[in-house]
Amino acid sequence: MDPLILARAQFGFTVAVHIIFPVFSIGLASYLAVLETLWLKTGRDVYLQLFKYWLKIFATGFAAGVVSGLVMSYQFGTNWSVFSDKAGPVIGPLMAYEVMSAFFLEAGFLGVMLFGLERVGKRLHYMATLAVAVGTFISAFWILSANSWMQTPQGYGLNEVGQFVPLDWVAVIFNPSFPYRLVHMVLAAYLTTALAVGAVGGFHLLRDRANPASRIMFSMAMGMIAVVAPLQIFAGDAHGLNTLEHQPTKVLAMEGDFDAHPDGAPLILFGWPNMDEARVDYAIEIPKLSSLILKHDPNGALPGLKDFPRADWPVVPVVFWSFRAMVGLGFAMLALALAALWARIRGRLYDSPWLHRAAMVMGPAGFAAVVCGWVTTEVGRQPYTIYGLLRTEHSASPLASPALAVSLAAFAIVYFSVFSAGVFYMLRLMGHAPHPGESGPEVLGPVRTASQTPITEEVPHHG
Amino acid sequence: MGSMLDLPLIWAGLIAFAVFAYVVLDGFDLGIGILFPFYPPGKARDTLMNSVAPVWDGNETWLVLGGGGLFAAFPLAYAILMPALYAPVIGMLLSLVFRGTAFEFRWRTNRGRWAWDVAFSAGSAMAALCQGIILGAILQGVPVEGRAYAGGWWDWLTPFSLLTGVSVVAGYALLGATWLVMKTEAGLQDRAYQMAWRAGAITLVAIVAVSGATPFLDGHYWERWFTFPSILATAQVPLVVAILTAALVWTLKARKERWPFLLTLAIYALCFMGLGISIFPDIVPGRVSIWEAASPPASQGFMLIGAGILIPIILTYTAYGYWVFRGKVHEAGYH
Repeated sequence: MDPLILARAQFGFTVAVHIIFPVFSIGLASYLAVLETLWLKTGRDVYLQLFKYWLKIFATGFAAGVVSGLVMSYQFGTNWSVFSDKAGPVIGPLMAYEVMSAFFLEAGFLGVMLFGLERVGKRLHYMATLAVAVGTFISAFWILSANSWMQTPQGYGLNEVGQFVPLDWVAVIFNPSFPYRLVHMVLAAYLTTALAVGAVGGFHLLRDRANPASRIMFSMAMGMIAVVAPLQIFAGDAHGLNTLEHQPTKVLAMEGDFDAHPDGAPLILFGWPNMDEARVDYAIEIPKLSSLILKHDPNGALPGLKDFPRADWPVVPVVFWSFRAMVGLGFAMLALALAALWARIRGRLYDSPWLHRAAMVMGPAGFAAVVCGWVTTEVGRQPYTIYGLLRTEHSASPLASPALAVSLAAFAIVYFSVFSAGVFYMLRLMGHAPHPGESGPEVLGPVRTASQTPITEEVPHHG
Repeated sequence: MGSMLDLPLIWAGLIAFAVFAYVVLDGFDLGIGILFPFYPPGKARDTLMNSVAPVWDGNETWLVLGGGGLFAAFPLAYAILMPALYAPVIGMLLSLVFRGTAFEFRWRTNRGRWAWDVAFSAGSAMAALCQGIILGAILQGVPVEGRAYAGGWWDWLTPFSLLTGVSVVAGYALLGATWLVMKTEAGLQDRAYQMAWRAGAITLVAIVAVSGATPFLDGHYWERWFTFPSILATAQVPLVVAILTAALVWTLKARKERWPFLLTLAIYALCFMGLGISIFPDIVPGRVSIWEAASPPASQGFMLIGAGILIPIILTYTAYGYWVFRGKVHEAGYH
């Protein structure tokens, strides 16, 4: 089999599994910081209870994020050595800054956050929680800067051995797509986490609508979604306009626009992009809407993929459909937020089982949308690793197919077994209702309570 | 900036520091994983794990800095070495997946805890073995053509790389055992002393074997170590190792709780210096020097500003983290 396909499959698979965890860590770290703030401010035990409840889930997901992220930092070299040699002078320092400014901060204070409440006291523990939350954000900053540079490179030159070298670091870091991608991704992390928290809250409200902790988490989550979902749609639109300017082939693949439309492009809602015939089969379209969205003018001219060399097209059906899945999920999130808002106005937020069920159904929607969004942007960047400059086929390591086939199989087996177990444990923790006297760092000192009273199948449920 | 500072030299030093920090810090917690099977399931193993649970994540971050720093500061070396070491690197990463997740996952189940205990110890041992093999494979040299690795995907496997692999497993076990001597009490500590004797003996044999074999590898290791007058300086390294080993034996006998760990760290530092003497100034031994592999001053200089500010801060809060969790760890936890 073609080693390039295997290398891409391996990288795509490992990064898609990885992204699930940091997305949740970014959002949950902030949520935990908010909960601890509320606890310290109000002194209400229910916030501490919620803090401890989500802390256990956070720790489980964080461990999975750390080890799957470690894999990524070496896979650039193992699988994309030519890319690493050429882009290392530009991309490498961004990642080094991520490690030095974010990873150490998170890792250094995670221990105190998990085990140290009794040892260091409330104030320092709160500082540790904030440090972890800030660390996750700084990490997102650098890694998205690096990714964005690969999408919209600037501020570089080429040296005599063919390496990209930095000429202007501000231009490199704040490249054209970076602000949009950063906002879009951080909002996605908050939205994803709010959906997960809302689903857990909804699940427990269905069983006991009087549980104060369940009520608080459900209310907070629905409020958060009501704020973030509309912002995210707005941010996504702005990101799309930016992409049209800098990576037209990606947007045209998202839209399924093979032909140029000099006087207004229709919006293709559904259809099957047929790359051989360069048209969308069975298209259902709304006239002029695509130009209205992308140009803010129904008669605005839009190019088509046919204006670009065939060899520079991404795989259109993948980009087209992953984009639709993401947008569809985004609007479903908005619908949930509006429904919850309506229930809240009528004073029925905690007494609407249909709403709690809807929140549960939408629990995984954020994760799915994040993966779809990354598929859209990464497959949409193809056939390049550095858009317009370095083709994927010229980026790979000189490895033979058997090496790659074996490692891909090993990754698949290990990731499916280990991370499914992790997700299972997280779901089981979520299945227990939050209750007063929630186990956590404070009660039994710095070592997790679990060493004495593990949350396991043997422990009776005391919700 | 380039004319005033030898940036590649500084970055080689910084990456060497990161790798050394990784080896000793993750070394003792991987060592605890290696020793896991020699302790009974249940409370004893809980205590072992608790002794490193608050710090392991920070320890492992040095590995990310080592890899990320190599990518950023010496992209050519990263691009040559990673494909050359493909199987052991992937093996190490997958092993670390098992053992890293075990820290959290084993507390989440009673029925399946034994499986995570196995994942923890096998993952730790395999990660150590792969790291040792990586060391050996780098020392014995890799074929390079142009700017790329030019060998096959099994070239790393030789008797020498297996020797270094086993050596690192033994060395990490010694670090783990001496850490446990320091952190535990009573029966657990007795066990740790026993383990320290065994692991120490194997480590000593391993150091001698690797040191003896290295000069006979391809490359200029022989001249490095055995030509006059440099031998006057290089001979000090094994001499000091011998003195430190004697001190280690004595402190283990006298049951000086903290000293065995500190002396083991010192022995590691000496071995690390020995590796430096062998390799410097190459980064891919015999093929690519640090100056040839270096990214341009604009890259290294930009990172150096961050490193100069951030690494002291990192060391400060890392030390703080160790200080918070200082002292003995007890059977049922710290409390």
